[in-house]
Amino acid sequence: MAGMTAATLTASIDPPPGEQASARRRGRPRFGRAAVLVIFGLYFAVPILASFLFTVDDPVKGFSLSAYSQIFSVAGLWPALRLSLELAVATIAVVYLLLIPAVVAVRLGGPRLRTFVELVCTLPLVVPSIALTAGITSVLRWGSDNMVPGQTTFIQQLLIDIQNPSFPVILLLAYVVMALPLAYRTLDAGMRALDVRTLLEAAQNNGAGRTRAIVTVILPNLRGALLNTAFLTLALVLGEFTVSSILGFVPFAVWIVNGNAAGQGPVTVAVSIVSLVLTWLLLLVLSAGGGRRGAAAPANQ
Amino acid sequence: MTETAPTADTPSLTDPVPPAAADSGAGATVEFRGLRRSFGATTALDGLDLTVRPGELLALLGPSGCGKTTALRMVAGFETPDSGAVLVDGSDITGIPAHRRDAGMVFQSYSLFPHLNARDNVAFGLKMRPAPHPTTTPIRRASRRPLGGAERRKRADELLELIGLPQYGDRYPHQLSGGQQQRIALARALALRPRVLLLDEPLSALDAKVRLTLREEIRRLQQELGITTLFVTHDQEEALSMADRVAVMHAGRLEQCATPAELYARPTTAFVAEFVGTMNRIPGRVGEDPGTVEVLGQRLPVDGERTAAQQDVEVLVRPENVLLSAQGGSGAVITGSTFLGAVTRLGVQLPDGRSIKVDLSTHEAAALPAGSGVTVSLPERPVLVDARATD
Ligand SMILES: Nc1ncnc2c1ncn2[C@@H]1O[C@H](COP(=O)(O)OP(=O)(O)OP(=O)(O)O)[C@@H](O)[C@H]1O
Ligand SMILES: [Mg+2]
Repeated sequence: MAGMTAATLTASIDPPPGEQASARRRGRPRFGRAAVLVIFGLYFAVPILASFLFTVDDPVKGFSLSAYSQIFSVAGLWPALRLSLELAVATIAVVYLLLIPAVVAVRLGGPRLRTFVELVCTLPLVVPSIALTAGITSVLRWGSDNMVPGQTTFIQQLLIDIQNPSFPVILLLAYVVMALPLAYRTLDAGMRALDVRTLLEAAQNNGAGRTRAIVTVILPNLRGALLNTAFLTLALVLGEFTVSSILGFVPFAVWIVNGNAAGQGPVTVAVSIVSLVLTWLLLLVLSAGGGRRGAAAPANQ
Repeated sequence: MTETAPTADTPSLTDPVPPAAADSGAGATVEFRGLRRSFGATTALDGLDLTVRPGELLALLGPSGCGKTTALRMVAGFETPDSGAVLVDGSDITGIPAHRRDAGMVFQSYSLFPHLNARDNVAFGLKMRPAPHPTTTPIRRASRRPLGGAERRKRADELLELIGLPQYGDRYPHQLSGGQQQRIALARALALRPRVLLLDEPLSALDAKVRLTLREEIRRLQQELGITTLFVTHDQEEALSMADRVAVMHAGRLEQCATPAELYARPTTAFVAEFVGTMNRIPGRVGEDPGTVEVLGQRLPVDGERTAAQQDVEVLVRPENVLLSAQGGSGAVITGSTFLGAVTRLGVQLPDGRSIKVDLSTHEAAALPAGSGVTVSLPERPVLVDARATD
């Protein structure tokens, strides 16, 4: 994310050819802009560079890439990464299922519904994740505290099941809540470009039922917003530490921190850098794909 | 693809439709029966009764907010009445969901699906519509079976041909002009061969010239297909020039439904008289015989509704029905003129200070420059009267 922002800013330094003359005339503002960009660039680049130096610094040889080669053999990384990715995919799916109908309903319904949905989707922003975790913990503990061995009630069994470490549903629930604010805003912005009501009515007039109309007409026109939502959710789940760590699960971010504490410092930081670069590349691919879609339509013929 | 011989059960839309088909099943009868619908405090429809005959083009005309769109959306199934019913060919369709109704609609705003090209937009309905339509008779059912992809493309291309844009099938909506988009939307509305066509101000976003050509095109297509059509507009010229009949609505009710000529010449209510065309209001008094009115020194029979409750009334006269003679002395004076081509519209101030408009042929009007005194009179015919506006 950070890298992307820096790249966008850097790209905007070069004015289009026609503007160069006028840019020279406006020398001072241009200089000011460059200074700001340099400061921001340093702000983003220095920590990454420092991390990189940390991973390649070897007390004996002075320089070594062994931290990077260990990525493939270090214990615990792949299960943790897999758990995070599985959780991310599930979170994205649940967020879609919850929010797409909600956002469509907001477009069709009155202003009161909009206020309500906006409120609900903004709430997680003001609840710190530590508070969310505290709430979850007390609910889970309530289940285990009242448990009589050999006689678990249905609810107690449910509470145990959602903490299954191979796929903790409780984390999925927490992540969905945490993803709501950004996902809602992204989807809503995507819908704003569409005349949802008229498009749906046109589709219905052509024989499509309500659900089918949403799937065949609204979703294809929301591709960019859906991709962005997926990406933001993925980033959130990959980087989430507080909730999963306190609840005692070991997804990607928790593994990195644990590994650091256990003396695997260089490897875990190397993993972070690789994941940062990969995420950044993914973002570039997505935004390029999204940008090309508009231009692709004319070329298609 | 090209080897697929046209099959008998997919009749082409471009098959010539004999004019008689208009009365024999191609178009449906649409009836509004006592339709009411309120949105909170506003009453959009206040007991609308109207019958659209098979195969006719009926224009719904009326001021903004009088419920035209609401009435149309009732037929399409996007709006449910609080009471009353919509009947198509005698059967109540109020309970049928929108996507199962047999009515194609063209919307006021551009409504093509942005992610589909023109051809796929037109073919959309052919892909969506589930197997036979519940209200379709077994005979029509044959043509309702789901079409394959190649067949759909072929039908879509035929429709594009029909609306005169055969070469635009591969274009996306953002590559089409507003007029082209509305034509494609028309083709899309016709693709499922609906028995009712609903047009909600489809031309209002277009410029004047495109409007004119598209207007004629819609009319030609409608007559060719013999499809019952409801055309909403608030442009009276559009309504009068295109429609078989015009229904004037006011505050959620029907004021009058008649042919354009009758509506113009014999409006039954003062509202219609004033809404359609230009109307002068000349003060008069109800005579001793309440069936007559005294106006401009003449005694004329009253047409239509009487306003016996009041002595002071206003007589409604069209500009072309006012007579002017060049002799002054009556107190009426020409105040100005507007050249309209063959006719010139003169402004005339009556002795009581009121201004009226009078249409004269341009060469007659040339003899009456501004400032000249004239005498105003009315032809000896029944006139419409209305209660005098209190001012
Ligand atoms: N969904 C709705 N919610 C609230 N009020 C509505 C709704 N639809 C229509 N109305 C109101 O009902 C009345 C009739 O609306 P309608 O759209 O039928 O008018 P119209 O004759 O089509 O007007 P126009 O020529 O401006 O399109 C208006 O006062 C409108 O504000
Ligand atoms: Mg309207």
